[in-house]
Amino acid sequence: MASHTAEPGVTSHGAPHATSTIQHHFESADQQKDASTIGMWVFLVTEVMFFGGLFLAYFVYRQAYPAAFASASNKTNLLIGAVNTTVLICSSLTMALAVRSAAIGKKNLIVLFLILTLLLGGTFLGVKAYEYNDKWVHHEVPGHNFDCEGCTDAGHTPLFFALYFGMTGLHATHMIVGVGIILFLIAQARKGAYGPAWHTPVELFGLYWHFVDIVWIFLFPLLYLIDRSAVPK
Amino acid sequence: MANHSGHAHPGPADHSPVDRVTEQHVEHHIVPKRIYFAVFFALIVMTWVTTYVSTIDLGRWNIFVALAIAIFKASLVVLFFMHVFYSTRLTKMIVMASLFWLMLLLFITMTDIWTRNWMGVPGR
Amino acid sequence: MITATPPVETKKSYLNQTEGLKSWLLTHDHKRICILYLLGVTFFFALGGIFAVLIRLELATPVGDLVESNTYNKFFTMHGIIMVFLFLIPSIPAVLGNFLIPLMIGAKDVAFPRVNLLSWYIYMIGGLFVLTALFMGGVDTGWTFYTPFSTSYSNGYVIATGLGIFIAGFSSILTGLNFIVTIHRMRAPGLTWFRLPLFVWAHYATSMIQVLGTPVVAVTLFLLVLERGLHIGFFDPAYGGDPVLFQHMFWFYSHPAVYIMILPSMGVVTEIITTFSSKKPFGYTFIAFSSVAIAVFGFIVWGHHLFVSGQSAYAGMVFSILSYVVSIPSAIKVFNWTATMYKGSVRLTTPMLYALGFIGLFTIGGLTGLFLASLGMNVHLTDTYFVIAHFHYVMVGGAIMGFLGGIHYWWPKIFGRMYHEGWSKVSAIIIFIGFNLTFFPQFILGYMGMPRRYHVYPPEFQVLNVLSSAGASILGLGYLIPFCYLLWSLKYGPIAPPNPWGATTLEWQTASPPPTENFEVTPVVTQEAYTYTSEEVVHVG
Repeated sequence: MASHTAEPGVTSHGAPHATSTIQHHFESADQQKDASTIGMWVFLVTEVMFFGGLFLAYFVYRQAYPAAFASASNKTNLLIGAVNTTVLICSSLTMALAVRSAAIGKKNLIVLFLILTLLLGGTFLGVKAYEYNDKWVHHEVPGHNFDCEGCTDAGHTPLFFALYFGMTGLHATHMIVGVGIILFLIAQARKGAYGPAWHTPVELFGLYWHFVDIVWIFLFPLLYLIDRSAVPK
Repeated sequence: MANHSGHAHPGPADHSPVDRVTEQHVEHHIVPKRIYFAVFFALIVMTWVTTYVSTIDLGRWNIFVALAIAIFKASLVVLFFMHVFYSTRLTKMIVMASLFWLMLLLFITMTDIWTRNWMGVPGR
Repeated sequence: MITATPPVETKKSYLNQTEGLKSWLLTHDHKRICILYLLGVTFFFALGGIFAVLIRLELATPVGDLVESNTYNKFFTMHGIIMVFLFLIPSIPAVLGNFLIPLMIGAKDVAFPRVNLLSWYIYMIGGLFVLTALFMGGVDTGWTFYTPFSTSYSNGYVIATGLGIFIAGFSSILTGLNFIVTIHRMRAPGLTWFRLPLFVWAHYATSMIQVLGTPVVAVTLFLLVLERGLHIGFFDPAYGGDPVLFQHMFWFYSHPAVYIMILPSMGVVTEIITTFSSKKPFGYTFIAFSSVAIAVFGFIVWGHHLFVSGQSAYAGMVFSILSYVVSIPSAIKVFNWTATMYKGSVRLTTPMLYALGFIGLFTIGGLTGLFLASLGMNVHLTDTYFVIAHFHYVMVGGAIMGFLGGIHYWWPKIFGRMYHEGWSKVSAIIIFIGFNLTFFPQFILGYMGMPRRYHVYPPEFQVLNVLSSAGASILGLGYLIPFCYLLWSLKYGPIAPPNPWGATTLEWQTASPPPTENFEVTPVVTQEAYTYTSEEVVHVG
């Protein structure tokens, strides 16, 4: 994310400066913003490949042990998963609206939508913590007195749970980093740092947040929705 | 001396299109709120649809339906929340490239897994 | 009228613009970051070289009389890890790429200078993790970390080393990211894609690989560490895991990684051959597109490392054919380099000697890769010294020769000094001789069946092993000499002019060494990168 160095004559603290300041190696504000945006997109490409490795492991083992995966998946709470997905999608909306507010220069709305995004993201993480604790209590954490009660092909269920914790854990880590950045953005927004002429950090963070949402859009069906029909196999 | 690439001579700048490689493509488009809300509504609906469909036994089609819905939802987020619909060609290419490489990783590895027992010889 | 000439040493450049350790450790200047990386990679090259010496010492005799097998396993593992991840991967991109890309495109710096500095710190921290693991006792799994040995049975410091490589990988990702954005958006006015120097094309292709491949090895190492720490079972057959899955995930990156190591070197060779033939490269477009083709095709051949691992035979057939296809763009480059020299005004300077050595040695290495790509031959040759000879021909005879050629070619630009041409030519020749003596016998040893990663071997292989070890000492000497005269040149070498070689690319149109902002005025580019008139073909040099 491009931060700004003060141009001569423009103070960098105290006075609101919702105008762009250009780093020395760029020719124009547009070039700087364009470069930063492409930089964030290239970073997201690396994230796609990073999560991709885990999706590969999931793909391979679900193919190999479909019954184990199905019965292990049923141990997750469907309602909680669906509600949490809804919460995250709401946070994506509020984040998109935050970026839009910056683009049209409504400072109070930027702060409002960022705070809403923060609260919704925090809710998601809180629910996940509850789910993790629930799994721990029910001996569904591989390596610690693991016991998948009533599961078909129980010997292979640790693979499902390992992927569950690995994938949602990596996702949650990305969300925690995101929450940290939102706090910084809120502080900056309250000082009037973002406006139509310059709001690149908000935009770029928005891209990151939406990406994290997309990962969850795939994790939810893959981990929670395997064979939820009541038909016994 | 071999020196033709024009250095310390800020002579008459050539403004012909082929030389303007630093022309910028920054997007200044503001997406209308109604589009955001329409996408949001679609995402919520499809979330509950996919949850409901998972409780119906479609046999081996469950996974395909679930993935199709997920891909649809992800596409909405990419195109509208992430503005790719309104973005430069380069951004679109970067997104396509990431998907293409992800598919390479997944499907080429699976060509091994899927064909493992075809030869009828142990370990081949 | 006589005026006092100001001492040349006080001329302001990026080297002396600001002083003090802090101005170097907190620099944003891509040229200073190049030097920070140069120090790092040189250190790790020396360390990796020490392990090579230890290996060749042990292998001079057929019995395990120097160290026991567990220790020997650590030698070749540390040699591989340090040379691949801490030397070869960063070497040309982070050193020469960092210095030259902004200059070659007429920019003041890379797109994200602070990210550039961060990438160096990440590299050093990753290296520090690996060093710590080394001092604690090292790793014995081979640089490939195959499971389940690495996850369940090895007594080495797998987690610490794995984390070190994981961290260093982010350095590579950030470098690639920076170059992609820089090349797309920081080019000077008039500099269209097909006016770019081919060094830049090579680095663009390399950056694609760094960005797309490295995250996969990162997540693979992450799973490896999890498995070793928590015994989850991803790669452990006892839990239903698949060890071959580890190999797929590992090689999905590590095969393209070899193209990260060779593509920049090819970019260097193109620049050197062009300049010292005083002729524009033959088939510019072919060379540019072949770089991208290598990057793309390099991602779909990784299964050739798994031919005998339990991968399906049908997948093996597909990977085998694709491995033959990937050799074609490389061959195109060799044809183009040769055609560039044809009817050129060839000057056999030190960089040119390295470039010519590259062409010959890379060709041998590449052709022997085709032997290995053939399924039938692979069964006979895999895990033998044939493989070791193959990859050392491309990595050392190829990549490192290119790196040294590039260092010698751009030394005057980077440091403003000329080195001693006599010593540099002698050491290039010593390196060439030492290299071939070290590694050619290994092709024969491999064909005769000597397996790799063993500290003992049947006595009938001793003669060839002794030749190889003798060659290694010559090669080591060859590497030490440049270290001496290059350092000496920093203080005592003649001052370099802006364009000592008569080259045409933009970096030569500014001072040696350049000022911090690279160019006094942003260049405007109006023609191709390589334009030599017929007079220059005759008179330059």
